[in-house]
Amino acid sequence: MLTINELKASIDDAQILKGLNLTIKPGEVHAIMGPNGSGKSTLASVLAGREDYEVDGGSVDFDGVDLLDMDATERARAGLFLAFQYPVEIPGVSNINFMRAAVNGKREHEGKEPIKGKDFLDMVKEKAKLVELDGRLRNRSVNEGFSGGEKKRNEIFQMAMLEPKLAILDETDSGLDIDALRIVSEGVNAMRSPDRSFLVITHYQRLLDYIVPDFVHVLVDGRIVHSGGKELALELEEKGYDWIKEDVTA
Amino acid sequence: MAYDGKDKVLEEVTGKSYEFGFTTEIESDKAPAGLNEDIIRMISAKKEEPEWMLKWRLEAFAVWQTMEEPDWPHLNYEKPDYQAISYYAAPKQKKQLNSLDEVDPELRRTMEKLGISMEEQKRLSGVAVDFVMDSVSVATSFKEKLAELGIIFCSMSEAVQEHPELVRKHLGTVVPTRDNFFSALNSAVFTDGSFCYIPKGVRCPMELSTYFRINESGTGQFERTLVVADEGSYVSYLEGCTAPQRDENQLHAAVVELVALDEAEIKYSTVQNWYPGDAQGKGGVYNFVTKRGICHRRSKISWTQVETGSAVTWKYPSCILKGDHSVGEFYSVAVTNNAQQADTGTKMIHLGKNTHSTIISKGISAGNSHNSYRGLVQIMPSAANARNFSQCDSLLMTDTSGAHTFPYIEVKNPTAQVEHEATTSKIGEDQIFYCLQRGIDAEQAISLIVNGYAKEVLNQLPMEFAVEAQKLLSISLEGSVG
Repeated sequence: MLTINELKASIDDAQILKGLNLTIKPGEVHAIMGPNGSGKSTLASVLAGREDYEVDGGSVDFDGVDLLDMDATERARAGLFLAFQYPVEIPGVSNINFMRAAVNGKREHEGKEPIKGKDFLDMVKEKAKLVELDGRLRNRSVNEGFSGGEKKRNEIFQMAMLEPKLAILDETDSGLDIDALRIVSEGVNAMRSPDRSFLVITHYQRLLDYIVPDFVHVLVDGRIVHSGGKELALELEEKGYDWIKEDVTA
Repeated sequence: MAYDGKDKVLEEVTGKSYEFGFTTEIESDKAPAGLNEDIIRMISAKKEEPEWMLKWRLEAFAVWQTMEEPDWPHLNYEKPDYQAISYYAAPKQKKQLNSLDEVDPELRRTMEKLGISMEEQKRLSGVAVDFVMDSVSVATSFKEKLAELGIIFCSMSEAVQEHPELVRKHLGTVVPTRDNFFSALNSAVFTDGSFCYIPKGVRCPMELSTYFRINESGTGQFERTLVVADEGSYVSYLEGCTAPQRDENQLHAAVVELVALDEAEIKYSTVQNWYPGDAQGKGGVYNFVTKRGICHRRSKISWTQVETGSAVTWKYPSCILKGDHSVGEFYSVAVTNNAQQADTGTKMIHLGKNTHSTIISKGISAGNSHNSYRGLVQIMPSAANARNFSQCDSLLMTDTSGAHTFPYIEVKNPTAQVEHEATTSKIGEDQIFYCLQRGIDAEQAISLIVNGYAKEVLNQLPMEFAVEAQKLLSISLEGSVG
């Protein structure tokens, strides 16, 4: 699904990713943990095609195509979804219209006609149930005046609407209370399938109690320095990151 | 890496010619360039006008000659050579037309390119269209239906002939000839426009609509519009413009006057898409418009405008709130791109007691353009308990564009309540990236964001116009983020 090879990337001449390797197979859930400033969110942004970042080297294969060769829109249409750490507000644009544009963009890519109004509304209804996104939130402007939890639920709703091959969750747990965390996680879990992969970026082990990963990686200073199973997350929770840093430097 | 959409889009746009930039080959009956009393006599004679009309024009010309072109707007342009302009051009039409079928097929094609299929308009939308091709109205529809209600909707030329008493009574009462340089010029040389009268207590059952179009190369367009809503009546009037591509600058100096008598309501909506010139601003339309309405007791005038075209725009649709309890509204979206310049806004003059006004202005500046809001809220001593709310927002699409706000507030009555809010923001890279990440392309992302920003104003437009306006906003801003 995703093969990242020796990826190097910088922003404003500061190199953040310094040769990152990662392989994700279809259906797998990978978690990336790491201290602040290690490059977790940069990885998410670079994969999604944010133009502020410069790729200095390496390659990324996404389902057989060169991901770095595509612009952000093409990547999204090819099935890469990023759940934002800070979802953006777009005043005056209803959530529904926004999603219709997104869904039709994907359909255009697939050579399909724009979705029919009724089919779209049925789809919205069905997917909104996953994260308990009520009609009021669906019809409001994109994320405008949403609480932190509502924004994150809206991200998962959008993910469900777009049915990506690879979903990157960038600190989706930040700012969530326990109930919202449960709703969001259940939404994600409902979407797990043998042909959909997840890359879950988080600071805390807590989220991984709900979204149980197949693999956990530790990102330090722009490289993955340690990988393991889900138990690694618990170890990190208990011991912090310092022992790994020492391992690396040793 | 990342998306290089910006460059691609910019390239496309600079390579893309103006969508409505085509001309129709129709023989024209055209006056020689220049302006003097003889030309005015010629215009008047061509139109077989009564003596009083000619006299009115000549007086206006005399006034105009004493005036100077204003230089206070925040605009920088080469002043037109008024003696190099031809002031009259009429499509050669041999006989009076009875139905659309008799219209020159070439002309019909033009209308269709503009998306104005008149049959469609008639059948589907219930819009009566008075299509002004250059200066002479060539086709008027729905007239009989309107006539049953006593509504008059015709070209200004026809009104001068058929309804001289109404024209004489109201023409120049809201925008006096000497009001400004351009209104004086218009009064002297206006060639056509629309006239509308709604009788007492009548609610006009359809949106009245006029499509203007400059067609003859080098012809200035001087439209004159007068809408009179008699006591207790209601009318919604739509004005939309598209213009073909030109090499030299084209002058457009229209005057629109609205009269809302006691308890009447006029809703006047404009979508303006004159040719803005090339990327350097060369060849665009100069749009110097005077629009003003007068509100009598308990009446209401609402202006809504979507301004996307013209190289230079100078326009302040205003309300004189003369009658007690009258209401004035101004909703505006003004978009400037490339080298376009706009200085637009409104004046709300409160004279009557308990008069209310609302101003919502949304400026959008892209490219190297400059967009200014200029507004006056004037509360006169007689206007007890007057209220105004103004909101002026500016959205910058690039680092090289400019947004300027010149709000003037004069309060001469201590019971007045005046509120003014203003914001300036730059279009968010974050917002755009968010859209891109959802698979929405850069053009559509900008379109969504900008239409969302302008929603409050677009919502004021009649449905069919709102759709057109949304498209225009998107077209005008293609490739404009930087």
